Amino acid sequence: MSILNSLYLSAPEIGLVVTGLILLLVTAFGGVKTSRGVTIAAVAALFGAAIFTLDLFTNPSFALGGDIWSGLYRMDAFGSFSKILIYLATIGCLIVTPKFFDATNEYRPEYPVLMIFGAVGMGIMVSAVDLITLYMGLELMSLASYVLASFARSDERSAEAGLKYFVLGALASGILLYGMSLVYGFTGSTSYLGIRAALDGGMSTGAVFGIVFVLAGLAFKVAAVPFHMWTPDVYEGAPTPVTTFFATAPKVAALAVLMRMALDPFGGVSDVWQQVVIFAALASIIVGALGAIGQDNVKRLLAYSSINNVGFILVGLAAATETGAAAMLVYLAIYVAMSLGSFVAVLMMQDKNGRQVENIADMAGLSSSNPMLALCLAIMMLSLAGIPPLFGFWGKFVVFQAAVQADMLLFAALGIAASVIGAFYYLKIVKVMYFDDPAGVVEGRSDTSRWIVLAITTLIVSPLGYLLTPLLGDVAARAASALFFVV
Amino acid sequence: MGGFPILSAMLAVPLFAALACLFVEAKMARTIALGATLVNLALGIVLWAGYDIGGAQWQFTERAEVFAGFSYALGIDGIALMLIVLSVFLMPICILASWESIQKRVGEYMAAFLFMEVLMIGVFAAQDMFLFYIFFEAGLIPMYLIIGIWGGDNRIYASYKFFLYTLLGSVLMLIAMLWMVNEAGTTYIPTLMQYDFAPEAQTWLWLAFFASFAVKMPMWPFHTWLPDAHVQAPTAGSVILAGVLLKLGGYGFIRFSLPMFPEASAQFVWLILGLSMVAVVVTSLIALVQHDMKKLIAYSSVAHMAIVTAGLFAFNVQGLEGAMIMMLSHGLVSGALFLCVGIIYDQLHTREIDRYGGLSINMPKYALFFLLFTMASIGLPGTSGFVAEFLSLAGVYKVSSFATFVLTTGIILGAAYMLYLYRRVAFGEQKNADAAAMKDLSVREWLMLGPIAAAVLWMGVYPESFLAPMRADIAALDARIARAAPEGDAKISAGEPLQEAANAMPGDHVSETHGAEGAH
Repeated sequence: MSILNSLYLSAPEIGLVVTGLILLLVTAFGGVKTSRGVTIAAVAALFGAAIFTLDLFTNPSFALGGDIWSGLYRMDAFGSFSKILIYLATIGCLIVTPKFFDATNEYRPEYPVLMIFGAVGMGIMVSAVDLITLYMGLELMSLASYVLASFARSDERSAEAGLKYFVLGALASGILLYGMSLVYGFTGSTSYLGIRAALDGGMSTGAVFGIVFVLAGLAFKVAAVPFHMWTPDVYEGAPTPVTTFFATAPKVAALAVLMRMALDPFGGVSDVWQQVVIFAALASIIVGALGAIGQDNVKRLLAYSSINNVGFILVGLAAATETGAAAMLVYLAIYVAMSLGSFVAVLMMQDKNGRQVENIADMAGLSSSNPMLALCLAIMMLSLAGIPPLFGFWGKFVVFQAAVQADMLLFAALGIAASVIGAFYYLKIVKVMYFDDPAGVVEGRSDTSRWIVLAITTLIVSPLGYLLTPLLGDVAARAASALFFVV
Repeated sequence: MGGFPILSAMLAVPLFAALACLFVEAKMARTIALGATLVNLALGIVLWAGYDIGGAQWQFTERAEVFAGFSYALGIDGIALMLIVLSVFLMPICILASWESIQKRVGEYMAAFLFMEVLMIGVFAAQDMFLFYIFFEAGLIPMYLIIGIWGGDNRIYASYKFFLYTLLGSVLMLIAMLWMVNEAGTTYIPTLMQYDFAPEAQTWLWLAFFASFAVKMPMWPFHTWLPDAHVQAPTAGSVILAGVLLKLGGYGFIRFSLPMFPEASAQFVWLILGLSMVAVVVTSLIALVQHDMKKLIAYSSVAHMAIVTAGLFAFNVQGLEGAMIMMLSHGLVSGALFLCVGIIYDQLHTREIDRYGGLSINMPKYALFFLLFTMASIGLPGTSGFVAEFLSLAGVYKVSSFATFVLTTGIILGAAYMLYLYRRVAFGEQKNADAAAMKDLSVREWLMLGPIAAAVLWMGVYPESFLAPMRADIAALDARIARAAPEGDAKISAGEPLQEAANAMPGDHVSETHGAEGAH
């Protein structure tokens, strides 16, 4: 394909890179006072990229997508769907951030720039159809994340979180890279097409090791059990807006990569990895649920909740079918709204001195001091627990439907029974806010931008969200069919 | 069917009223809630009046394809109609019962009740399996809040237990529903009711549904959440719990388990009858030793529900009709009994039976109502309880005379614990001065108890009004499950009429009319 075509189809990422570089220059020369302008420009750039991606997604002439940059990169409905989610989530995180750093006056224009580079990395990851492109994107995202995790420089916990994230992330990248080298060694190709063709021709033990290592590396990035240990520490230590970011955009990107990897190059040998995914899914659901029960810190609790949710998303992958993939995408979209909403609600809880309230006990009686905030957070929690009529139920519904359709009844029954354990700790938050006597710690005053993000996510999660199901279902089905089209 | 979408209207009125209640002051919220529930009661009466007995099986149907994977399909048959009427009848009474006793966070309280009403009507009116599931499960949230915020001292434990217990039961049902829809290719309940699943699959599906409905019902030994929830819930919460929420289990059996899995239902008759027998005897004995009035009535609910399950799985028309009447009757009677407890609790703030005594002296009107509902709970002829127990047990007798024998002891035990309760509360000496000083019924309390008393007597004297709308549906259900009906041990057959009456004087004409009695 021509260079022009390649440029056009990867324009969102290229545009973001260029914007990021320009903003970096502005930052370097303008200093801290440009932070407001840089943030606005970054939001605008991400919004533009999302719109352009949406255009690529809806434009019938690109319905089939295409391989560009000599087969290193693929523009298809699946990538576009994931990228739209990623960019929107990043915008949401950027909007709610600046006020957080007001207290310590640590907000700097580098923050939005790092977010942009992180988003570009994620865009590259989900579009990559070559192991090397994938690795480039992954590392770009990871580097941005490591810095973001330790962005609150005066806070020791933040520095610790950044270091932990870096060391463990590097280990994961190492495992991934090792797996990639094995896969390359036994299939003779780094391109997904080549790998798939080689694997379909016959599996060797070495290739199995390669597949398992690659999946282990990716499981690390999505924080699936047994590679989840870093999550609670990093989520707790990182500044809350950064945690919000970690729980949304990179999660989407990592899961999308996992999906593409499992279903495209390894799609022909699904019986090799299916049991690994089944184990990871069940273990994540159970460990995520049990681990959360003893937590007093709401960020740690939400970290376990994200592990738990990854488990449910992997249920769709374990089915290894097109409906399963579509179900995962639907769940991901809902999960992003729920996750963003709950973290923004947490972000809005501050005490008299403007410090963040993270202790669950301090949220006692929030419903009488701050009814709207408590209501929104309660809706988020019950939705994460998957209780109808909230929209979180729909995500669980579609993934389990996919599992049932793939005849994995026992697996589905175990998974859904374990979800009851999870309901316990979500209820705990509702209980603390509604049933306990007010602790009087939270002084919920917050700016309009956060209320807007919270209101939008709450509306999506509320029963009104069900009106979105036909649209979401269609779009996810199109995106998922793009993954299977290559077969 | 065109015309006014009355079922949607019945969902919309409380929904919007609930949203409004969240934003207004206490006084306004009470008025809005009462107004909305009364409007819904009026709509319910219109629904009953407009229901064409002997007409189409599914009436007032509405359908809109606004969701992916399932549709917004509403419609009712006679069974659903009666349960909807019961719900809308009890709701204004619940609002009145909370009029003075709830003083904190009134707006949210009323909103929770109105949401509850939406969900209950939705459950009975849903014609789509997943829509049913959503309404069915969603009821947990408002009930959790009602128990947890406005409940008694141990409310948090009770609210958790209620929520997690019922949730665990329901999720397995969801998997079964997904499988059924995958197999049958439709989510439309009337179609699924005619679909024949393979008998081997039915066993598993039946068990998954049983897990949910047995907890909701609740059947022994899955009942332990109920006494806790009842005791801790505010009065109106108990009324709704006993009056309508417990009916969801029975409705589930009659709507799903029986018509969709007739073979599996027949296969598990022993389980249902066994659990019902144990439940009647055990929970009645437990009720006998309670010191807490609400707990006593809660256990009596479990015993009455056991008669419902036994009647449902009798596989004949009497059993099914008896079970339905029992559900309606129990909804009224146990709701009224909880109201009676609530009325004296509001004055003395204790449910301890020993703290009362001799109330018939200072509260004669109250004692009269309490007596009526006690008798109805025991099943005295002339009250709704008699019709219910008689029909159910007559149905069960055709299947198992032993089970009937054991279940009937429940009636005796029921008389024991209810009369014992009544004696300790209403008769005897006035040994507590504060109890002796309590005021008799106010106008508001008259308005709560009066209509229920009238309905109980109506159902007891002329049950035909309530049976007529359901008759065709129960006959259809009976025909559907007839192929799997277990062979009973009673082997009832019509006897030969005697040639002459036993006490006939020699030379009299031969009587022709007494033949029917031998048919028992």
